[in-house]
Amino acid sequence: MPDPILSLDGLCAHYGDFQALYGVNMTLNEGEVISIIGANGAGKTTLLRSVSGLLTNAGSQIRYRGASIGNLRADEVAALGIALVPEGRQLFPSLSVEENLLIGGRLNRPGPWSLQSVFELFPILQERRTAPSTALSGGQQQMVAIGRALMSNPELILFDEISLGLAPVIIKSIYDALPGIVGEGMSAVIVEQDISKALSVSDRVYCLMEGRVTLEGASQTISREAISHAYFGIE
Amino acid sequence: MSAQTHTVSRISQAAKIASVVGAIVLIILVAAPWWAGRADLRLMGELFLYLALASLWNLMAGYAGLVSVGQQAYVGFGGYILFALTIFGGLPPVVAIAGAALLGALIAIPVAALIFRLRGAYFAIGTWVIAEVFRLSFAQLSVLGGGSGSSLPVDIVRSLASSRSGRESLAYWMALGAAVLVITVIYLFLRSRRGLALTAIRDNELAASSLGIDIWRTKFVVYVVTGALTSMLGALIFLQKLRISPDAAFSVNDWTAFVIFIVVIGGIGTIEGPIIGTLIFFALRETLADLGTTYLIVLGVVAIVVMLKAPKGVWGLLRERYDLQLFPLGYRVQQDRKTTD
Amino acid sequence: MDWVNALVQGTLLGGLYALFAAALSLIFGVMRLVNIAHGDFIVLAAYLGLTVVMSTGLHPLLALSLVVPMMAGFGYALQRGILNQTLGDDILPPLLVTFGLSVILQNLFLEGYTADPQKMDAGLLETASVSLGSLSLGILPLLTFAIAVAVIAGLQFVFYRTALGRAFRAVSDNQEIAQLMGLNKRHIFGLAMALALAVTAVAGVLLGIRTSFDPTSGGARLIYGFEAVIIGGLGNLWGTLAGGVILGVAQTIGAKIDPGFQLLAGHIAFLLVLAVRPNGLFPRVSG
Repeated sequence: MPDPILSLDGLCAHYGDFQALYGVNMTLNEGEVISIIGANGAGKTTLLRSVSGLLTNAGSQIRYRGASIGNLRADEVAALGIALVPEGRQLFPSLSVEENLLIGGRLNRPGPWSLQSVFELFPILQERRTAPSTALSGGQQQMVAIGRALMSNPELILFDEISLGLAPVIIKSIYDALPGIVGEGMSAVIVEQDISKALSVSDRVYCLMEGRVTLEGASQTISREAISHAYFGIE
Repeated sequence: MSAQTHTVSRISQAAKIASVVGAIVLIILVAAPWWAGRADLRLMGELFLYLALASLWNLMAGYAGLVSVGQQAYVGFGGYILFALTIFGGLPPVVAIAGAALLGALIAIPVAALIFRLRGAYFAIGTWVIAEVFRLSFAQLSVLGGGSGSSLPVDIVRSLASSRSGRESLAYWMALGAAVLVITVIYLFLRSRRGLALTAIRDNELAASSLGIDIWRTKFVVYVVTGALTSMLGALIFLQKLRISPDAAFSVNDWTAFVIFIVVIGGIGTIEGPIIGTLIFFALRETLADLGTTYLIVLGVVAIVVMLKAPKGVWGLLRERYDLQLFPLGYRVQQDRKTTD
Repeated sequence: MDWVNALVQGTLLGGLYALFAAALSLIFGVMRLVNIAHGDFIVLAAYLGLTVVMSTGLHPLLALSLVVPMMAGFGYALQRGILNQTLGDDILPPLLVTFGLSVILQNLFLEGYTADPQKMDAGLLETASVSLGSLSLGILPLLTFAIAVAVIAGLQFVFYRTALGRAFRAVSDNQEIAQLMGLNKRHIFGLAMALALAVTAVAGVLLGIRTSFDPTSGGARLIYGFEAVIIGGLGNLWGTLAGGVILGVAQTIGAKIDPGFQLLAGHIAFLLVLAVRPNGLFPRVSG
């Protein structure tokens, strides 16, 4: 079995005096999709921020292809081929739809994704390419955010709560597109509050509660009961 | 389990000691005309005036978040009002000083209404523009000497006191009195409810406004009071200098640069900071002044280094190290020493 | 006709003020930093130009080819070395550090060049003029205005049509997320300051040709640039040009009324706009 592409080894994270993660262990194999579920405040976003370099000081607790990346800055992590679709989309308001996508691709990493292929994936964005990014609906903004991350042709893509604040019909269309996005040999981590969606697209699932991993298993076979226990902490 | 009780007090041990020491020092200082030489008396007077200016700048910048690089507007204004009131109004100098304070407050009101439309660093430059407007306006007044300025008539000077040593003692006591007055006003203000609001604003403006604290009003009051007191100090300064001109009255270097350096190096946002800063500033000046421009460059470098490495200044470093607060502004909780089971 | 002449001269003067203001505007736009030493940087460029001219005999405008890269390099180093450390939520550090820089620069000028006013000699350029009906337009002011328009057009181009401009706007919007794009914000800020000081270099050399300057000239230039930005409105470079023109016209008309009234007239125009339109005449961003 080849080494995992991403491994978290006793990952701890703090915001000032407040500790958000308590020794999280997690692995992701190349080409795999894992999902992380958990209630609000469980530490899911903190975990992604740590991996993407927005939070530093994790040292060797985070390894990517064997190398410690926990102390790298976000721009250094991005250069390695790790892309984050941030919570709340966080598009650049001063940039148009197209410019948001272009800036995502500024690293010029080789791969199948380009402005053209992103437009093919999400045709509505081509229609609205010159619009200010803030003028789009929530679902469309989410498409831009995903497209922006794809433009860097990442090896590992992190999704932070992409269903948040979106209508069910939009969520469905985005999740329907997901296998096509991630199918190109990319590895992915999907953080979600929508458990059924998370399970439907991932190979394995982790559950976080109050900064600790309470469950790990294969998405297809894991039981509802086990999830309830892990998610809500019911004995 | 035994009941644990706590006492809440406002004064720490160190503050109690400091107030006793301070009282003694004050008595010694009041007696200075009898034990200090003329040059030393002049130096101390100047020190007190700078201390007062620095404390006021610190109140605005360190507590109210109003960073002004234009306080020279009020220093010059106060100086010119003194000249105007004594020469043309026939008022005794001491009354004229009070008049300068009052008029300073009055003019600060429309000024504040204008420049409060600017925020942050733009506000700072706005204060500088105001100072320039004052300078240019007073330079137009030929009755007060226009661009070259004027001197205080001899008979007005003589009206202060009959002898020269009497005048010098009086000038010294007024400077000391002004410093004590300013610091007392600041201290009482910060202890008051409005002052508490100010500290809240300084620490977190959004939270403060959500608590219903009227930020604009509080800052406005601080600005006007500072303007009034700074004008008073300006009147005092130029009463001693005996001569006024637009460039001297509204000098950025003398009344803003030095003051800012004092506060930054001493420690911004505390009452003790400007005191320490003034002492350090004068110590530096006495030792380095011969070096002219190099001295100012050194000051600038020191200010930058302090701002980057020790933003709370010398007093800030001491305070953190030894948990000191000499002016009782906070609250201290102490557990009563009771034996527990 | 005299008044029309004053209007025209004021407009051309406005070009120079717009150049003072453009760099100030750029820096504030990208990193929310207001540089109190900005005026002194203009004067620094003038002194650098003077030194280059004196040591190489080059024409002042040609000296730009050396002064611009020098100032740009200085800007990058200054930003990465000192100013990046001051950026954050607190407004005091950048203000006080740049204030300290201002004092240091002014005294370095005093040490290096004495308090005597200096001026660069641009030869025929200074007196040449062209006639337009009954008006006589100086070539230098015309050239300055044209350069100001070109510089602003160039900055607009960089900001809205290049990858670097996208990077500037992204970092200004959201520093954190910009880093996810692989942008090193320390480097981007350095480039922004380098660009700003390159523009300042042009402004400084043009100033030094047009009028005499001394170590303390910086303060007034900062104020004119600032007033032009506020009158024009934050976040809009063409608005800054308009602001500069309004300021220039106010000053020139003030001078016509009474020579001693020139500067005061400009300040009054500024205060009027501040009273009536606090966000400026053509704002794009409110602070």
